[in-house]
Amino acid sequence: MCGIVGLFLKDKALEPKLGAMLSEMLVSLSDRGPDSAGIAIYGEASRNEAKITIQSPKPDRDFRGLDAELSKAVGAPVTISVKSTHAVIRATPDKVDAAREALQSLRPDVRIMGAGEAVEIYKEVGLPEAVVERFDVRKMTGTHGIGHTRMATESAVTTMGAHPFSTGADQCLVHNGSLSNHNNVRRELVREGMKFETENDTEVAAAYLSSQMAHGKNLGEALEGTLSDLDGFFTFVVGTKNGFGVVRDPIACKPAVMAETDQYVAFGSEYRALTKLPGIDNARVWEPEPATVYFWEH
Amino acid sequence: MPATSKATRESHARVFDLDVQSLRELNQALHQLTAGSNETAWEVLNPKGNHSVAVGVDQPVSIDVRGSVGYYCGGMNSGSAITVHGSAGPGVGENMMAGSITVKGDASQYAGATGKGGLLVIEGNASSRCGISMKGIDIVVHGNIGHMSAFMAQSGNLVVLGDAGDALGDSIYEARLFVRGKVDSLGADCIAKEMRPEHLELLQGLLDRAGVTDVKPSEFKRYGSARTLYNFNIDNADAY
Repeated sequence: MCGIVGLFLKDKALEPKLGAMLSEMLVSLSDRGPDSAGIAIYGEASRNEAKITIQSPKPDRDFRGLDAELSKAVGAPVTISVKSTHAVIRATPDKVDAAREALQSLRPDVRIMGAGEAVEIYKEVGLPEAVVERFDVRKMTGTHGIGHTRMATESAVTTMGAHPFSTGADQCLVHNGSLSNHNNVRRELVREGMKFETENDTEVAAAYLSSQMAHGKNLGEALEGTLSDLDGFFTFVVGTKNGFGVVRDPIACKPAVMAETDQYVAFGSEYRALTKLPGIDNARVWEPEPATVYFWEH
Repeated sequence: MPATSKATRESHARVFDLDVQSLRELNQALHQLTAGSNETAWEVLNPKGNHSVAVGVDQPVSIDVRGSVGYYCGGMNSGSAITVHGSAGPGVGENMMAGSITVKGDASQYAGATGKGGLLVIEGNASSRCGISMKGIDIVVHGNIGHMSAFMAQSGNLVVLGDAGDALGDSIYEARLFVRGKVDSLGADCIAKEMRPEHLELLQGLLDRAGVTDVKPSEFKRYGSARTLYNFNIDNADAY
């Protein structure tokens, strides 16, 4: 199964509530997947700041003093804000690559969840409510976000196997379904130079999109490519710095419902996920068509 | 006049508010109904996409569901008349035996799947696999239906006032399909068939039962089985 959600705000007045709205949506789908849960929130992008969300199995050991060590290593101020097993590193955009590199030698056990100007990604093993609570997601503000609750099929139940998967700056993806040609596609992407953290099929889909966009395609065009290049069952919900997209495979057996009002575009695996959104009773509610790309950009 | 009719309704309808009461309480109360019960009118408030609303009801009661439901609403229905005043998730009326279900909005995947009897009316659109493996149910969709509808349909009637998606009636047995709009493509062994007087009459009866008054049977085309998959054809031996 798995449950996925997405919320793209059009009305700025709702931005302070993004975390709370997305959390409710995800928690309502808990019985679609009890293994792990994750959420990606896109905050206001800043030109002067880039973020790296990291995770550690031993946060006390790994996060203590990391800001000072990273600042020293890159020769510029680096800050770190810790949330349970995750932390967000902030630096100026020109120092991000250096910070990432320094991180590998300073803290070899730390894993990178995602990076970019806008995105923060939090994911852990456990039910959506526990994950949302642990990272205080309800208090987060932002412009758009996606979430996932997992019933594992293709790889182990671990933090790294949880969704969203991020394989490019400010890009991330959640998936309901399973891919059958992911090993082949992974091999092709590795040859291109893409790096993989897991054996998971969804990570391949995320990397595929990152690769397509790195070759100059926009989100819509990259999503279009999944229909011919990825084999299997999928409903994907994808976030980029300023966009949000949805695509379903041609068989479309994985459920999907969308709602749109003047204030937002919302996605849920089921209608249940949308029932608490403001104005839902008068929203345009529809089932996205198979093999059809939908995307919105700010 | 409005005051008395409201009073009459209130004195008869048993109201379940799913914001307050559990789904299990609702379904249990419906299952405890016995023949001849006076509780013939039921109303369900705040379904909010819940699964399995009013499944397995076996008494001829009417159930008005005020809002949209999730998976399997009215599944295994055996005699009740359910009206969903909203949209329905996957598998509405799955394996219905008798009675009726009317969905005022749209229906998701596999509406009426494996249904053996009764009438399923969808006033909006139905998505993919509508009437998959239907075994005697009658389904009337006012809008369009998605791909792979009536896959392996065995008997019963599927009436579509709008269009049908790809692979309509793939591997169909003896169900009758009537489509008024365009069909994207027909599935294996499904062909257009002649509309004879008995089919026009049958279709008129189905439209009447579904409360469709502004559409004539002559506007539809009939599709059904070419019956070439019923027996093994030795020319296809290489395919196995």
